[in-house]
Amino acid sequence: MKAILTVHNLASELVTTIWTPVFVAIFLAIIAYAFWPRNKAAFDEAASLPLREE
Amino acid sequence: MSQPSISKSMTIGESGLAVVFAVTAFLCVIAAAKALDAPFAFHAALSAAASLAAVFCIVNRYFDRPAMLPPAEINGRPNYNMGPIKFSSFMAMFWGIAGFLVGLIIASQLAWPALNFDLPWTSFGRLRPLHTSAVIFAFGGNVLIASSFYVVQKSCRVRLAGDLAPWFVVVGYNFFILVAGTGYLLGVTQSKEYAEPEWYADLWLTIVWVAYLLVFLATIIKRKEPHIFVANWFYLAFIVTIAVLHLGNNPALPVSVFGSKSYIAWGGIQDAMFQWWYGHNAVGFFLTAGFLAIMYYFIPKRAERPIYSYRLSIIHFWALIFLYIWAGPHHLHYTALPDWTQTLGMTFSIMLWMPSWGGMINGLMTLSGAWDKLRTDPVLRMLVVSVAFYGMSTFEGPMMSIKVVNSLSHYTDWTIGHVHSGALGWVGFVSFGALYCLVPWAWNRKGLYSLKLVNWHFWIATLGIVLYISAMWVSGILQGLMWRAYTSLGFLEYSFIETVEAMHPFYIIRAAGGGLFLIGALIMAYNLWMTVRVGEQEVQMPVALQPAE
Repeated sequence: MKAILTVHNLASELVTTIWTPVFVAIFLAIIAYAFWPRNKAAFDEAASLPLREE
Repeated sequence: MSQPSISKSMTIGESGLAVVFAVTAFLCVIAAAKALDAPFAFHAALSAAASLAAVFCIVNRYFDRPAMLPPAEINGRPNYNMGPIKFSSFMAMFWGIAGFLVGLIIASQLAWPALNFDLPWTSFGRLRPLHTSAVIFAFGGNVLIASSFYVVQKSCRVRLAGDLAPWFVVVGYNFFILVAGTGYLLGVTQSKEYAEPEWYADLWLTIVWVAYLLVFLATIIKRKEPHIFVANWFYLAFIVTIAVLHLGNNPALPVSVFGSKSYIAWGGIQDAMFQWWYGHNAVGFFLTAGFLAIMYYFIPKRAERPIYSYRLSIIHFWALIFLYIWAGPHHLHYTALPDWTQTLGMTFSIMLWMPSWGGMINGLMTLSGAWDKLRTDPVLRMLVVSVAFYGMSTFEGPMMSIKVVNSLSHYTDWTIGHVHSGALGWVGFVSFGALYCLVPWAWNRKGLYSLKLVNWHFWIATLGIVLYISAMWVSGILQGLMWRAYTSLGFLEYSFIETVEAMHPFYIIRAAGGGLFLIGALIMAYNLWMTVRVGEQEVQMPVALQPAE
């Protein structure tokens, strides 16, 4: 049985096929962002944000 | 005298909301008159009365207030909005005690069934959702709303968005709790665990929750601090995900618009799957993400130390977001749910060990250099012990999601023990710690009325938790082993009633533990009440002495 080709079918097939690598790639990008040496100073400053109030 | 002479007029929000509530009151009166069942008539009448009260409060507030709305800044410093935070903190304490008390009642009913009183309204089946909703949504929800409104203002250095909107959120949310709770007692339920409220309560919660999201987002958007602090990320994930879960799990068709009964759109195993996708992510995003936001703000603040690793907090956040949403099927092991889905749920649950423990380590290590404060500050001790309980229950949870372990633990008291080590130890203690911080801050007090009483609260409640969870572990494993015991001839060794009998002593110990937890909360309520009543006012430093930032 051949499924009727619609935009919805195409999109859902695409999403169900590639979501794992896409999510993994996004997550790896987030880790890279978190550990990027240039971001360190900003993150260190953000870590003490609750202490710098008022 | 120096009052600027501007003419006073209602804002669009005030007049609009007053009209909307007036119309709602009228519609509710009609609904009450045409109601098909008594609980619906009661809720319609209650809503009519509440809508009229809302109109009165809005108009009365308008007449009482000065022509100008409160300014966003005074002398260059943000003019934080503490009113809704105070309201929510008060309601949290109220519902907390109510919820713990109902918990103690139903724990006692399990030990001594005569306490059912043979009345429908006080039967275990109706009081149990009252207990769970009161502690999770009423107590926990108010703590989350109060703390999120505080944290988002302080960490964005800006006044809370909206004038009436924050009040609409806090009062509207508590009205939802009232409708849901009275509904349970009257037998109104859609029989979905943690999603028992019927269609009209669900619709009202949707409106309130969207308003909550908008207030929170609008505050973040107008922030003065360029960076969005990690706690706000966790709060936002909590608010957005709860909205999605609520909409996904509750699409229902009412039998009549004038009746309380409705039927859910999903059927069979799809319904079960949706239910536990909802149920487990209520744990993941309500009881975890929301309270982790509290951890990331209140522990650094109270310990006066920066977050141990901000990088880890980013990874913690995203790992939690990516993994939690898939864990639900572990509630449906060995059911009609396809096997691969069960295994998927189990796999993701086990992977959750990593972010959970990463987060726990981040919270605990924030104390490095300040460990000595645990001896002197019982509030900080409460917050830190809550994180330890978080680590313990998030170790236990993935373990129980493993299918072979689950075959022993499922449907037994072990699950109840696990849930309560998370609920009493993690959510309860982190909430207590947050309220102990929040009340003096919001009411502008120098400190708590008595740290000694906090110490008493801490030890009594800790003893209660230990009694509770150890009784349930023993009871649950005993129960599971008895259920699966066979004789040499292949018959079941124990009848069901024999397993129930074996539980009896543990049910008494559990009730005793719950009783201690309630006593601790009563001590806390007294302490907070006295903090507000007789606590010394914090002296605001003159603006001129403030260092220029």
